[in-house]
Amino acid sequence: MIRPDVTIPFDHQQSAHCETGVISNLMRFHGLPVSEPMAFGIGSGLFYSHMPFLKMNGIPVTSYRILPGWIFGRFTKKLGIAIKRMKFRDPKAAMDELDRVLAQGLPVGMLTSVFYLPYLPKAFRFHFNGHNIVVFGKEGDEYLVSDPVMDGTTRIHRTALIRARFAKGMPNIKGSMYYPTSVPTDADIRKAAIRGLRRTARDMSNTPLPMFGTKGIGYLAGKLRKYEQKLGERDARLALGNLIRMQEEIGTGGAGFRFIFAAFLMETANLLDRPDLRAHALTMNRIGDLWRDFAYEAGRLCKGSAEAHITFPYLADKLEAIGKEETAFFKELHAVSKTL
Amino acid sequence: MKKDEVPQDDANMLEGKFKVVKYALNEKGEFEKVPSVGWEPENVALSQAWDVINEKVEAARQQVLKGGASPLLFHMEKNMMDIALLAKYMGLPTGKVKRHLEPDGFAQLDTILLTQYAEVLLITVEELKRVPA
Repeated sequence: MIRPDVTIPFDHQQSAHCETGVISNLMRFHGLPVSEPMAFGIGSGLFYSHMPFLKMNGIPVTSYRILPGWIFGRFTKKLGIAIKRMKFRDPKAAMDELDRVLAQGLPVGMLTSVFYLPYLPKAFRFHFNGHNIVVFGKEGDEYLVSDPVMDGTTRIHRTALIRARFAKGMPNIKGSMYYPTSVPTDADIRKAAIRGLRRTARDMSNTPLPMFGTKGIGYLAGKLRKYEQKLGERDARLALGNLIRMQEEIGTGGAGFRFIFAAFLMETANLLDRPDLRAHALTMNRIGDLWRDFAYEAGRLCKGSAEAHITFPYLADKLEAIGKEETAFFKELHAVSKTL
Repeated sequence: MKKDEVPQDDANMLEGKFKVVKYALNEKGEFEKVPSVGWEPENVALSQAWDVINEKVEAARQQVLKGGASPLLFHMEKNMMDIALLAKYMGLPTGKVKRHLEPDGFAQLDTILLTQYAEVLLITVEELKRVPA
């Protein structure tokens, strides 16, 4: 099936995180302007979990957000947006369907593996099958791409796109693509923001298991304290490096998500005319700084260039302190959220 | 963090292709997106991860040169795959792939499988049959 060239006028805006960036860009196209922080907040994206039993590329998973795809799901559900989602067995069928939707003038979101995206810098290209991009046109054998982490749009060859869409492993993405079919442009953003905020505050402060929510931070701190005794110096440093990678890769992670959430609180304060929420935004921002400082010192220890006082127990103390701050913060935010 | 605190530690991780953005407080007390060329702990963690990968690739290359493994091992490591992932891409049982990682097993590969391996590993069949000297 040969389809003509298409260029859909798509307003690409750079974002800190791919999933929320794609939501924001797609919604603006469909006449519902929401910022990236709003998308993150409404979709209750912020979370914390440390799961030593779950490994990705052999590294225990520490996550600072809910599962990939869930932000999108929660966001669209809260605002009554209908999304068409598809997976394929056959790459050709997946590309034909993409061409068909593009020909209707609709930009298409999809999951890709960063390993197979040649336009990304090499240092970031690991086997990670959860990167969201938008394709908004095609020219001959090339597709026009809005990759939310980039400052401008780019292109990708059909063959490369097929590879990226059909990357195997965890998760098996099978050409997964999605596009909104109906977006209510009069959706109640204020109500959705309140509900999103409440959900995040609740989930962070009320989890029954020790590895989830703000409790999980203390749980990881306990593990970190024993890293060196348990693993030996070299492996302890590698484990710490992996922890930072999980925390901070490509501008998001621990501190990054806190800053996006702080921006969401600030925007919500303005939207609802609730100046008290601005103070919470600033507190969240300060906690983000604590995560940032933690990663900075942890990075020094990994590199072996840390001052003598930076040790594993020292870092564990810092992490434990962050856990305590967040526990208090989200408890209070949960109380406040009931008054909104 | 404040706008002027957004880290700008360039280790050429982004190859000058673009800058990432971070949310930070501006002078008016609102958040805005601020471009960043990189941040030290991220750079350290990334280069540490690459060191581990490169070590594995080099160890594989040495092993191939000594005749202890087929060139497939080197190219698998170079693509950051393990046997399970490579087997998935090939649609083969892991046991078969394991066998192809040995020099004898590799020597018995037919053109069809060689071509398929080369495609999966993004190289030519000629490249698949050797490792860099």
